[in-house]
Amino acid sequence: MIRIEQVCKKFRRLQVLDNISARFEQGQVIALIGPNGSGKTTLIKSILGMVRPDSGQIFVKDQQVNGDPAYRKDIGYMPQIGRYPDNMKVGQLFRMMTKIRDAAPPGPDEDLYRQFGIPSITEKPMRTLSGGTRQKVSAALAFLFNPPILVLDEPTAGLDPLSSEILKEKIIAEKKKNKLILITSHVLSDLEELTTHIMYLQEGKMQFLKDLQTLQEETGELKLSKAIARVMRGYDANNEWIDQLFAVEKNNETPAK
Amino acid sequence: MLKLSRYVLYDILRNKIVLAYTLFLFIVSFSMFRMEENGSKALLSLLSIVLIVLPLVSLVFTTIHYFNSYEFIELMLSQPLSRTRILLSEYAGVCISLLSAFWMGVGIPVLVFSPDPTGLALLFTGSSLTVVFTSIAFLAAVRSKDKARGIGFALLLWFYFALIYDGLVLLTLFAFSDYPMEKFTLLLSALNPIDLGRIFIMLKMDISALMGYTGALYKDFFGSGQGVLFTAGIMGLWAVLPLWLALRSFKRKDM
Repeated sequence: MIRIEQVCKKFRRLQVLDNISARFEQGQVIALIGPNGSGKTTLIKSILGMVRPDSGQIFVKDQQVNGDPAYRKDIGYMPQIGRYPDNMKVGQLFRMMTKIRDAAPPGPDEDLYRQFGIPSITEKPMRTLSGGTRQKVSAALAFLFNPPILVLDEPTAGLDPLSSEILKEKIIAEKKKNKLILITSHVLSDLEELTTHIMYLQEGKMQFLKDLQTLQEETGELKLSKAIARVMRGYDANNEWIDQLFAVEKNNETPAK
Repeated sequence: MLKLSRYVLYDILRNKIVLAYTLFLFIVSFSMFRMEENGSKALLSLLSIVLIVLPLVSLVFTTIHYFNSYEFIELMLSQPLSRTRILLSEYAGVCISLLSAFWMGVGIPVLVFSPDPTGLALLFTGSSLTVVFTSIAFLAAVRSKDKARGIGFALLLWFYFALIYDGLVLLTLFAFSDYPMEKFTLLLSALNPIDLGRIFIMLKMDISALMGYTGALYKDFFGSGQGVLFTAGIMGLWAVLPLWLALRSFKRKDM
């Protein structure tokens, strides 16, 4: 469904994407993992045509990115930081979006819209919303048009545990509908239940793209975070990052026990 | 495209800056016509204001608007809309609001007090200048990295077109005063839309008789139907060219 061929991108002298090639198919949930600044968001923005690669091509459903914008009707995008016009009210935003874009069959998907309680805040201007509420609006917008491809950049960052759980349930439901879902996240435990494939980026290079089972077999670890850590010890450049990650994981686990 | 422009227009009206601008223009034009007995004199005073204020407001307002609607543009970019359509909708929204401000603020008083060819020439020049400088501002804004640089660049352009250019022209004319420069000055006027507008209106007024041989040549040229076409054509070029360049770099931009 999405084909990336030898994509390179430089921001001035910094090589953000270094010869990346990959194929994502229907029904897969791809977890894009990598330390900060490894090029995850740039890769996502290249797929959306917001960043123009210096070389290489990207195809979405066999339509090349950078020509016709029509391919974007198949993509629902939830940005890392949702920025919206300040003066616009939430209700207006949703009305505007439904006017400029048609939902794919079987019509608009208002599950998240309702579950996140957006109907009760339609009169609030976007600038008064908290970061988490904004994130809910972004998520509801991404799923609203029922697109076959979902691109979610740090979807659970800033969401409270309950909303985060709602979103995860929704992602699992969409996965069952045979959609392609691309997620970046630093919270590996969130990805654990969702993902089918792992794509690991570091300093703009793709280190691997493997399905979860292969990864588990190769590393002998069942937990995603441990499996990744095991693999990453091989690429020792980033041990510090994974140690930090474990520290967070432990902190999360202790209160539960 | 109009669907998007509607939201752009709505956003601009919420700002109230355009309303203040309309009111300012209206009060100025109205008081000019009330103070001066002679309608032609009033038009002349109004002309100086139109030539200075219109480009300035168009440039600064457009640049600020572009950077303020950056979020909107970003949001639209992730939707199935082409970049050309997004930028042109923004342009149409800004242009429509500034033009209606000009027509309400200056157009109505002029049509009421002085509905003659000179008045119409003023309205034509004002409308063209608004469109032209909105285009130029879009180019400046798209090419700039942040708001401060964008506004700085827009102000610089205004200084150049409204003040520095005239100085440069005078300097050239003095330096080459021994040579016949009439045809050359005609060309120079085409390189600055403000100058072009000024000459176009001046020659519709009686004072052009005071401008000597060059004035006579100008009157001969701009007074004819050919001159009107020339002015309209050059103004059109000034509007289309910067907008086209802005579109070109907007399409290549990384957001």
